Amino acid sequence: MSLGSDILRGDRRALARALTIVENQLPEAEEIVREIAGHTGRAIVVGITGAPGVGKSTLVDRLAGHFLALGRQVGILAVDPSSPFSGGALLGDRVRMEGRGSGVFMRSLAARGHLGGLARATPRAIQLLEAAGKDLILLETVGAGQSEVDVMGYADTTLVVVVPGLGDDVQAFKAGILEIGDVFVVNKADRPGADQTARELRQMLSLGPHKPWQPPVLSAQAQSGAGIAEIGQAILDHKASSERDPEVGTRHVREAERFLRQALADRLVEAAVRRAKAAGRWLPLVEDVARRRKDPVWAAKELAGGEER
Amino acid sequence: MTGSSEEKATRPIRVLVGKPGLDGHDRGAKVVARALRDAGMEVIYTGLHQTPEEIVEAALQEDVDVVGLSILSGAHNTLVPRVIELLRTQGMDDVQVMVGGIIPEEDAQALRQLGVVAVFGPGTETEEIVRFTRSCARGA
Amino acid sequence: MAERRETLSWLEVQRLYRPRDVQVDYDRDLADPGEYPYTRGIHPGMYRERLWTMRQFAGFGTAKETNERFHYLLRQGQTGLSTAFDMPTLMGYDSDDPHALGEVGREGVAIDSLRDMERLFAGIPLGEVSTSMTINGPAIILFAMYLAVAERQGVPWEKVRGTLQADILKEYIAQKEYIFPPKPSMRLIVDMMEFAAREVVQWNTISISGYHIREAGSTAVQELAFTLADGFAYVEAGIARGMDVDSFAPRLSFFFNAHMDFFEEIAKYRAARRIWARRMREKYGAKNPRSWMLRFHTQTAGCSLTAQQPDVNIIRTAYEAMAGVLGGTQSLHTNSMDEVLSLPTEKAVTIALRTQQVLAYETGVAGTVDPLAGSYFIEDLTNRMEAAAEEYFQRIDAMGGVLAGIENGFFQREIADAAYRYQLEVDRKERIIVGVNGFIEPDEEPIPTLKIDPALERAQVLTVQQVRAERDPAAVEQALAAVRAAAVDGSNLMPPILDAVRAYATEGEIVQTMKTVFGSYREAAVF
Repeated sequence: MSLGSDILRGDRRALARALTIVENQLPEAEEIVREIAGHTGRAIVVGITGAPGVGKSTLVDRLAGHFLALGRQVGILAVDPSSPFSGGALLGDRVRMEGRGSGVFMRSLAARGHLGGLARATPRAIQLLEAAGKDLILLETVGAGQSEVDVMGYADTTLVVVVPGLGDDVQAFKAGILEIGDVFVVNKADRPGADQTARELRQMLSLGPHKPWQPPVLSAQAQSGAGIAEIGQAILDHKASSERDPEVGTRHVREAERFLRQALADRLVEAAVRRAKAAGRWLPLVEDVARRRKDPVWAAKELAGGEER
Repeated sequence: MTGSSEEKATRPIRVLVGKPGLDGHDRGAKVVARALRDAGMEVIYTGLHQTPEEIVEAALQEDVDVVGLSILSGAHNTLVPRVIELLRTQGMDDVQVMVGGIIPEEDAQALRQLGVVAVFGPGTETEEIVRFTRSCARGA
Repeated sequence: MAERRETLSWLEVQRLYRPRDVQVDYDRDLADPGEYPYTRGIHPGMYRERLWTMRQFAGFGTAKETNERFHYLLRQGQTGLSTAFDMPTLMGYDSDDPHALGEVGREGVAIDSLRDMERLFAGIPLGEVSTSMTINGPAIILFAMYLAVAERQGVPWEKVRGTLQADILKEYIAQKEYIFPPKPSMRLIVDMMEFAAREVVQWNTISISGYHIREAGSTAVQELAFTLADGFAYVEAGIARGMDVDSFAPRLSFFFNAHMDFFEEIAKYRAARRIWARRMREKYGAKNPRSWMLRFHTQTAGCSLTAQQPDVNIIRTAYEAMAGVLGGTQSLHTNSMDEVLSLPTEKAVTIALRTQQVLAYETGVAGTVDPLAGSYFIEDLTNRMEAAAEEYFQRIDAMGGVLAGIENGFFQREIADAAYRYQLEVDRKERIIVGVNGFIEPDEEPIPTLKIDPALERAQVLTVQQVRAERDPAAVEQALAAVRAAAVDGSNLMPPILDAVRAYATEGEIVQTMKTVFGSYREAAVF
């Protein structure tokens, strides 16, 4: 029996193992991905992002419960940052989850800092969950760095979660989070200032270019479950809207392009390094960069130059 | 870039730190979780008041190398055997189980016989826990 | 000698203090004991008038075992009772609930229904003894059971004396024994405050507790600041309910830890009294001096005890107890030397009580009120504790108060950081703990510890099932419906809960009923 076929049979342990393999980019990953090809691409992937403390985990838990009750098979990928010092990570998103036992499959992923690692593992992890029969996948990240924003690119629908009463909200909106949101959630809406936050958000969104899908701004109290059903509906509406409008571009097209780019980049990098090593140029160049004798961008140009010509 | 053995040796150890039972004394669990993180491990913290079933399901989904249980309520003789039994039922015999908390020595011996690889009492240095976790995860 | 020294809370201390190192205006900052702002104590004569209450926390097994321990302690000269409940009781589960498996009677006594409460206090006249009950999430139910027992003994409620811990804020901050989300939990507490102010006038409704904050790893400064901040939050909640501050504030009391840093602890208690008095008078407009007085219970630090060389814990506890007494505590629990290993044996409990008796009758510390006042060091440390606490109050206010701080994990993070820092210092031997990382004895002989018979759990499960079989089911159903109705409509929950316990509804049933309205709480992961 192979891992791939075990996953297709719904073996949760096999799924967990395979997730470890793709997360670590082990060579076996290629084989598994081949085995499950044809069983992927069917789930709605919902990205949930927002600053720490806005209640993302609780929201994810309530949405999981909501979609479970609608008969969906729910998977969760929760991404937390790794420590830049030790490379370790504290993954605490399970704490907020109500005990749903084996009904929901949740995996905590550490961002692991190394370039593009998470971005590489995420689409594969999504495919594995799909192969295991999950048709609704919640992908949660702290909206902190560029890699998290990149990860959101794998979602069909991106939820941006904010809370009222943080003075620098508006600044955060301006910093690029407006562009990635398909649905905005003002959580903890029982707090003072919730209406104002929602109003400001709507106003800012209305200033943007007119798009076929106008992102709604919804209020919620994830703790008590208020507003969850509306968010669930907005997710389905957005999905329907993007299917009607090919210009929006489905996740799968974007995904395909990204995969291709990534695979290409991997190969080109590998080839360039191999060539440089063979020519005895690699180590001296690394040394030069380490000693600040050369700028890394300039050094890369030097190596890539051969490719371009 | 190539060779899975090299990558396996460098991939982070995954540890689940769980608090089965009802007691809320999470100081030790959190200090240990942080120490393991600072030693480069990925620590999945389950939070408080978990049943053995919830802990084992989390360990399965997270594909951890080691499960660390912190119990200060005196219920270890009931909860730890249940966790071990459930791990076996799931075919997860290769997952190592460590226990921390207030465990009298004769109970600790009984737990070791059940398959618990280590029992850490009050006053254990976190460095010792880190070392042990690393050795038993790599040995697995 | 130039080496930098710090207290246990990382406050820097000098080699020597001189008059110029401390600024104190006697009348403004200290005043005589019994005078505002009570820095020196709340009574003019302190222990000359009345010794502190020696109150040893006890409870294990079923109500019958704990009742026997209570009678034993009273015979040994203890002057008040203090009840420890087991984990299922603290978390609102009946003994036959799956969540209770293996935990019944382990850390305290198991109470499921009024039947158990009747047995717990059998032969103990509730009109004469004062009882402290350490319970928080379901405090309102246990309070109702206690009042129902008094009723059955024919003791009028206005004669009933005791203390409920009922400090739910510190549960979210530190001890994590919560059931409902913070808002409904606060409402239950204000319901009790309102009811007791009317009907159980000698009852201390909340024991605002720093003890558990400290045990969770906080510094002394954090213990002081977070506990008082919690206290102010309860005062504000009472005022928001429309109560006159002087109608409930005199019944609020405090519960602090006594840790190993001797002078810092004493300064902490003195600063606590001064801060409370000033705020109550100046900010909350209390007119009754009793609202200004901070009364407190002290327990020696469980987290300072070591599993290694447990006999040495007797010495630690004795120093800590002395700090509590020099700090002017109203009552004291001294930990037993074996509590880091298990519930205490009778012998260990007796030594712990004797420690207090030696302190009271042999050392002479009870003879003079606040004897350390005027020490340059103590007065400076008291000032600095106060200033550090005020800094925290400002931060808490800025984030929107205690509930907001809980929600965003502020308190939990501060405590986790302090706990981690402390542990690293111990690991690196920057702090020496005798028997743990210094003066280690290899091959220690284990000491005898108390064993809880697993048969007790089965017996308790049978008891609760028997109670359910014997009671009038229609009465229970009706009473629980009334609890639910009150939970929904916002009226005071004390009366319907009293009716429910009188009908032998179990704790778990009442909690479940309220959960259907209030929901339950899970905390964010804060490390």
